[in-house]
Amino acid sequence: MKRYIEYFLATARISILSQIQYRVANYFYMIGMIAEPVIYLVVWSTIAKQLGGVVGGYTAGAFAAYYIVWTLVRNMNIVFTPFGWENRIREGELSMSLMRPVHPIISDIAYFSGWKVVVIILWIPIAIFLSWVFKPTIEFTVMKAIVFFIAIWDAFLIRTMLLSLLGMITFWTTRVSAIFDLYFALELILSGRLVPMTLMPPWVQNLSNYLPFKYTFFFPIDALVGSMSTQELWMGIGMQIFWITLGASLLSLVWRVAIKQFSAVGG
Amino acid sequence: MSSVITISKLAKHYQVPEREGGLKAAVTSLFKRKYRTVKAVDGISFNIEPGEVVGFLGPNGAGKTTTLKMLSGLLHPTSGEVRVMGYEPRHRSHDYLRQITLVMGNRNQLTWDLPALDSFDLQRAIYGIPVDQFKQTRDEFIELLELKDLVNKPVRNLSLGERMKMEFVVALLHRPKVLFLDEPTIGLDVTMQRRIRTFVAEYNRRYNATVLLTSHYMADVEALCKRVIVIHHGRLLFDGDLSTLVRQFSSYKTLSLTLPNPEVDLVEYGEVVSREDGRVTLRVPKAQTSQVTARLLSDFQVDDLTVEDAPVDDVIDQVFSQKE
Repeated sequence: MKRYIEYFLATARISILSQIQYRVANYFYMIGMIAEPVIYLVVWSTIAKQLGGVVGGYTAGAFAAYYIVWTLVRNMNIVFTPFGWENRIREGELSMSLMRPVHPIISDIAYFSGWKVVVIILWIPIAIFLSWVFKPTIEFTVMKAIVFFIAIWDAFLIRTMLLSLLGMITFWTTRVSAIFDLYFALELILSGRLVPMTLMPPWVQNLSNYLPFKYTFFFPIDALVGSMSTQELWMGIGMQIFWITLGASLLSLVWRVAIKQFSAVGG
Repeated sequence: MSSVITISKLAKHYQVPEREGGLKAAVTSLFKRKYRTVKAVDGISFNIEPGEVVGFLGPNGAGKTTTLKMLSGLLHPTSGEVRVMGYEPRHRSHDYLRQITLVMGNRNQLTWDLPALDSFDLQRAIYGIPVDQFKQTRDEFIELLELKDLVNKPVRNLSLGERMKMEFVVALLHRPKVLFLDEPTIGLDVTMQRRIRTFVAEYNRRYNATVLLTSHYMADVEALCKRVIVIHHGRLLFDGDLSTLVRQFSSYKTLSLTLPNPEVDLVEYGEVVSREDGRVTLRVPKAQTSQVTARLLSDFQVDDLTVEDAPVDDVIDQVFSQKE
C-alpha cells in the first residue's frame, strides 16, 4: 500500500510539473472552456428575466452559481478518453506501460489527479471573475463544501471508469468514434451539463436516476449550489460510490478479456 | 547452473485476413472472409545462461520482436514453453516485471516536457527502489554515460542519441537481471552507438545481467555478443559462437596487402574490393585462400599481408539469402 501511495504521489507530481510547463496553454484552454457555460448562463438568465425572474426554481443568480461551479466540475470531469486508448494501442505506448509493475489505469488516475490540482488552482481567479460579472447567489455551508469536495473527486473516478470501459472497445476494433459520439451526446443530456436536471422533463429526470451520468455533473454542482438536505447529500455520495464500485468491477472484468485479446494479437 | 531463459518449441501464429483488390472482392469479403495463417515464430528452442549476452539476429519479419514480446509477456505464445528466471512471462507478475527490462529503440518512457531527472524519480516510485540504491545507481549511470550536463534539460531539447542514453538510464535504474534490447541503437550515429555498447557491456559486467539483443548493426553484435542466435521465417537457423557462424557460413576471406605498386592488375587472384593509400583489398574464395596467398607472395614484393574472415554483415547477409 505504501508503495502505491508513493507511486501515486510521484505520478501526480510529474503531472503537476508537466502542466506547469504549459501553464499559459492550460489557462487559455480553461478560458476557452468557459465559453460553453457562459452561453448557457446568458440564455437561461435572459429566459428567467423574461419569465418574471425564475425558471423551474432557478433565479438568474442561481443560474450564475450553477454555471460558475459547472466550470470547475467540467474540468474535474476530464479523464483519459477512449480516443486516447485507441491512440495508445495503435502507437504501441500500451506495450511500454504494460512492462511496468503498475496497472495502466492506476497510472491514468494518478496522472490526472495531479492535473486536477493545477486545474483547481487555475480555476479560482476564473471563478472570482465570473462571480464579479454574473453575481451568483449561493447559500454556503461547511457541510455542502465537504460533500462538494468529495463529490467532484468521485465524479472524476466515475467518469474514469466509464470512459476507460468505453476505451476497452478499441482493443477489438478501432474507428469507433461513432459509438463514442453517441455516448457523449447521451451524457450531455443526462448529466446536467446542458441544463440543470431539474429543468428536464420528468421522464428524463426519472431515467437519469438509474444512470451514472448525473452523478458526474449535476449532483456535485447541486450539492454546493442547491438546497439538498444532509441526508440527500450523503445519499448522493452513496450513489457515487455505488457507480465507482460497479464501474471498477466491470472494468476489472473487461480488462482481463481485453488484455488477453491484446496479448494474442500484439500492438 | 540453471538457464535464465528457456524456450522450448515456441510458436506464435496469427490469423491474418486477406482479400484480392477490387470492388467485387471487397463486397465478397463482407460475407466470406478469408484468413491466412502467418507463422511469425515457428517452433524455436534455446536456452540462455546467467550473464550471457546473446545476439538475436534475423532479417525484418524474421520473428525477433515477436519472440522478445513473448519473453517480456506482451504476447501469449500459440504453443510451446517460455520460462524466464522460472517465471512464465505471459502472467506478467509484478515480481517478474521488476526483474526485467525491455528497451525498444523506437519507444520511449521519458516525460517529454520535463528534465530526465524527474522521469528517474518516477521510475524509483514505479519500481519501489530504495532511495540509497536509487541515488547510487542513478549517479553511476549518469557518470558512465556522461550525462551530468544533460539531466536537467527538458527531454524535448535533447538529441536522439542523448535521449537514447537517458532511456537506458530509465530502463535500468531498477537493476534488472534480464535485458531485452530491441534495436537499441537504431538511428544513432557511430559514436553514440559505441557509447551505448560500452554501457551495456559495463552493466552486464557489473551486475552479471543476462542480455538478449536484436540489432541490424553488426558492430553491436560483434562488440557485445560471443554467442548469436539466428532466426529466419520464424525458424532457428543457427545457435552458437559468432566466430563459428562466420566460419560456417562465409564463403570467402578478405586479403589486404600493401604493395610498392598498388595499381598492379590483381584480377586473376580475386575480386578487388578497394584500393586505398597503397593498400589493396581482395575477396578470395575460402577454399583458395592459402593457394592465392602463396601466389601473391611469390609473384609480388609484398610489404604487408593480412588474411581476415569476411565481415559479419556480409556473412549474415549470405546466411539469409541462402535460406530464401
